[in-house]
Amino acid sequence: MRFLPLTQDNRAEMLLRIGAASIDDLYGDVPRDKLLAKAPDLPRHASEIEVERTLGRMAERNIDAGSAPFFVGCGAYKHHIPASVDHLIQRSEFLTSYTPYQPEIAQGTLQMLFEFQTQVASLTAMDVANASMYDGSTGTAEAVLMAHRLTKRKRTVLSGGLHPHYGEVVRTISRMASDDVVSLPADPTASENILDQIDAGTSCVVVQSPDVFGNLRDLRPIAAKCQAQGALLIAVFTEVVSLGLVEAPGAMGADIVVGEGQSIGNGLNFGGPYVGLFATRQKYVRQMPGRLAGETRDAEGRRGFVLTLSTREQHIRREKATSNICTNSGLCALAFSIHMSLLGQAGLQKLARANHANAVKLADLLARIPNVSVLNETFFNEFTIRVKGHAARVIEDLAGRGVLGGVPFSRLAPRAGLDDLIVVASTEMNTQADRTAYAAALKGLM
Amino acid sequence: MLNTQGRPTHAGDIGVTGRHTFTRNRALQMEEALIFETGHLETTGLDIEDPGEFTPRLGAHARKSDIGLPGLSEPETLRHYVRLSQKNYAIDAGLYPLGSCTMKHNPRINEKLARLPGLGDIHPLQPQSTVQGALELIETLAHWLMTLTGMPAVAMSPKAGAHGEACGMMAIKAAIEARGEGATRKIVLVPDSAHGTNPATAALIGYQVRAIPARADGTVSAQAVRDALGPDVAAIMLTNPNTCGLFEKEIVEIAAAVHEAGAYFYCDGANFNAIVGKVRPGDLGIDAMHINLHKTFSTPHGGGGPGAGPVVLSAALAPFAPVPFIRKEGDALRLVEDAEGTQSFGRMTAFHGQMGMFVRALSYALSHGSDGLRQASEDAVLNANYIRACLADLMSQPFGDRFCMHEALFDDRWLKDTGITTLDFAKAMIDEGYHPMTMYFPLVVHGAMLIEPTESESKASLDLFIMTMRDLAQSARNGEAERFSGAPYLAPRRRLDETLAARQPILRWQPPAAVAEAAE
Repeated sequence: MRFLPLTQDNRAEMLLRIGAASIDDLYGDVPRDKLLAKAPDLPRHASEIEVERTLGRMAERNIDAGSAPFFVGCGAYKHHIPASVDHLIQRSEFLTSYTPYQPEIAQGTLQMLFEFQTQVASLTAMDVANASMYDGSTGTAEAVLMAHRLTKRKRTVLSGGLHPHYGEVVRTISRMASDDVVSLPADPTASENILDQIDAGTSCVVVQSPDVFGNLRDLRPIAAKCQAQGALLIAVFTEVVSLGLVEAPGAMGADIVVGEGQSIGNGLNFGGPYVGLFATRQKYVRQMPGRLAGETRDAEGRRGFVLTLSTREQHIRREKATSNICTNSGLCALAFSIHMSLLGQAGLQKLARANHANAVKLADLLARIPNVSVLNETFFNEFTIRVKGHAARVIEDLAGRGVLGGVPFSRLAPRAGLDDLIVVASTEMNTQADRTAYAAALKGLM
Repeated sequence: MLNTQGRPTHAGDIGVTGRHTFTRNRALQMEEALIFETGHLETTGLDIEDPGEFTPRLGAHARKSDIGLPGLSEPETLRHYVRLSQKNYAIDAGLYPLGSCTMKHNPRINEKLARLPGLGDIHPLQPQSTVQGALELIETLAHWLMTLTGMPAVAMSPKAGAHGEACGMMAIKAAIEARGEGATRKIVLVPDSAHGTNPATAALIGYQVRAIPARADGTVSAQAVRDALGPDVAAIMLTNPNTCGLFEKEIVEIAAAVHEAGAYFYCDGANFNAIVGKVRPGDLGIDAMHINLHKTFSTPHGGGGPGAGPVVLSAALAPFAPVPFIRKEGDALRLVEDAEGTQSFGRMTAFHGQMGMFVRALSYALSHGSDGLRQASEDAVLNANYIRACLADLMSQPFGDRFCMHEALFDDRWLKDTGITTLDFAKAMIDEGYHPMTMYFPLVVHGAMLIEPTESESKASLDLFIMTMRDLAQSARNGEAERFSGAPYLAPRRRLDETLAARQPILRWQPPAAVAEAAE
């Protein structure tokens, strides 16, 4: 067994030193009838070659995003990951270190987190950001709970433009905690009247922009109404690249900003691990969930970094903590931060422009197909089309023709009555050939 | 001193090494400024093609606010992060005895396989017909987890241990509500020795916590549980093996009492790595248990995540598991994503869970096999007991000289009258090239030192660690306070002022002008 260094002689010698007759002596507290006499009925150990073959066979049964014209989004996006990002995150000192609880020998992770927090705060135009959450959806639920603590109210209003999975995550935890949630109906044309839902009993309003249909939303009137009613505005995004071109939620009056950071530095990975971005105003920081890195000095006066404000956290506060979260998404945050350092604002703006341009070109192309209409007036790199027939069937048929053409909205919300909508994403990865292939395949189906 | 750019303004102080350097670097140990201090707003390390002319569709939503993030060229980026990495301790660099954290070797085959395009470059919302291999992988891992735990179901989507706890407790809450007892059962029993996540999780979903005191021998007594049970109790959350590194010897009795009282048994599986292949938690009578894939199944800790926390469930709780879950339909696998029409308590996260971690965990399980997993548990327990036995004459054990599971627990009674604390001792270990053990946890043991060597250490490595610990312990007993009080002396940083950090939080970099303005 290649991972276990002890030899049989070592084991015998160590048992002798311990004063145990056998290894099962060490398991003496286990009720004897519960101790297994032999290993469970599963395959025996396997060589690297065998393991590669087994998982390789599973991998071959999937169509990967790089092997087809690919337009699937809705909360996870296919972007280019620079070679240096994946190289750096595999350095042993990042990959195989623990949470930086001993700061003197974890300055690498801590300084990186401090830089990450600064990047997220700058991107969102907020005062402070934490060291990351599991992903955008769980971050959204945490933001709602934070708003309840701050406002001492318990009613949440969810926009109909919010990613349905995010809404479900909020409703699950709210139901468990007996908090109220008002969910507005799915709103593909961004025409809902959310202002009328905000009153003196509202704790928070959750609005996504670009929304799940790709529409860009003006948060300012919502922020104003929230402020007038003492409610908090939680702004959500699932495509962080949009912040290179689209106005930042912090500049439009958001109180808490939550987003999915996967697009920068992190692969699709079939849905996880991703990295939740979480930012807020300085005055709310002590009610913020999650880890925070902060600057301080060492005994010789040198700048250094530590995890701080941990009196908010479960290992100190136990049942009075701001969250039960006990981790962040460290390595994904590192990938984000490295990629963001490479981009800088100049690169991010170029990347965002390339995304937007590709989406505009695709939308114009698809809009010319008979029985296809683009619903959006505005969008960044994702938009919604209405097709003839069942969108889910169209997407399957497109896959049969070698094109991964987007997400049928019915997959996310089967009972919304929007069975003819496809959400289509286009990033810098798409070429003119991809667009042509998509248009030709879709035209053939209409 | 450092200027506001984080760079030295004059030759460094005489450090403990007794040598000046102009740069404050010490040979391979480099000082490194923040990216915001070295980068430029116009710089980018990526060349991105310009798309040419097009008519934007942003409406009135174009960004007007500053971003204010400088970029770095590629060589600067590499150097920045390589230098940062060199300030971190890591498993690959040395023994990492953090109790309860399980810092075992992370096989690199896992990393290689997670990067196969067919596993790493697939989208969670692709048509299911195009990801049957991914669903097969999840099903295969689920089979391993259910078999190893002896449990009939598993929820795969929780994103970390604490998220798994929430999953298990929500399934319990849903089951109790389905019985019509939601209004009466409001209490969750949690022993004092539990991880902080346990009471935090119970509170998160609206339960009140009732503490169970630990017994003098470090375990929970069935009688204490019986005394605390009643018609108002929903569940107990119990860690096994527990946070003192001991197997809960009355666990079968506890489970029976809990069930008799109409409550459920949540087992915190953080320490499952001690008993994989030796004991099946399902045989002990538990209802739910999360498995930290980043501990027991070696997915890398990554400086604090990402983790993964699948939850095995009993037949009583299985119907309430969250969406999505996988259902076999003939030869095909189908992901059920909609809770409508099922008893599922709902959704915990977007998409389907930590696939990247599933790949690594399955790779680990297949590599070890049933025999290797069992041997790994035995070696982890053997290594911990070896360390315990070799230090028992110098350091004090809170529950007497007895066998432990995969981690050895000491308290600070043996440091009494030395003026040296557990923290000081831990910091002195850093100078010797070791990451300290877990300190001050579990809370029920004064000045706790929790040592978990894992199965990844050779006997030679353990022997050197033991000799080092003995040397430190002798030194402490001899009153050589200086070796401890100022430690670490040789790390990239001396002790950091955590009080200052919390009193005046600086949580992001600000341009020097903004800092000066704020000070006025």
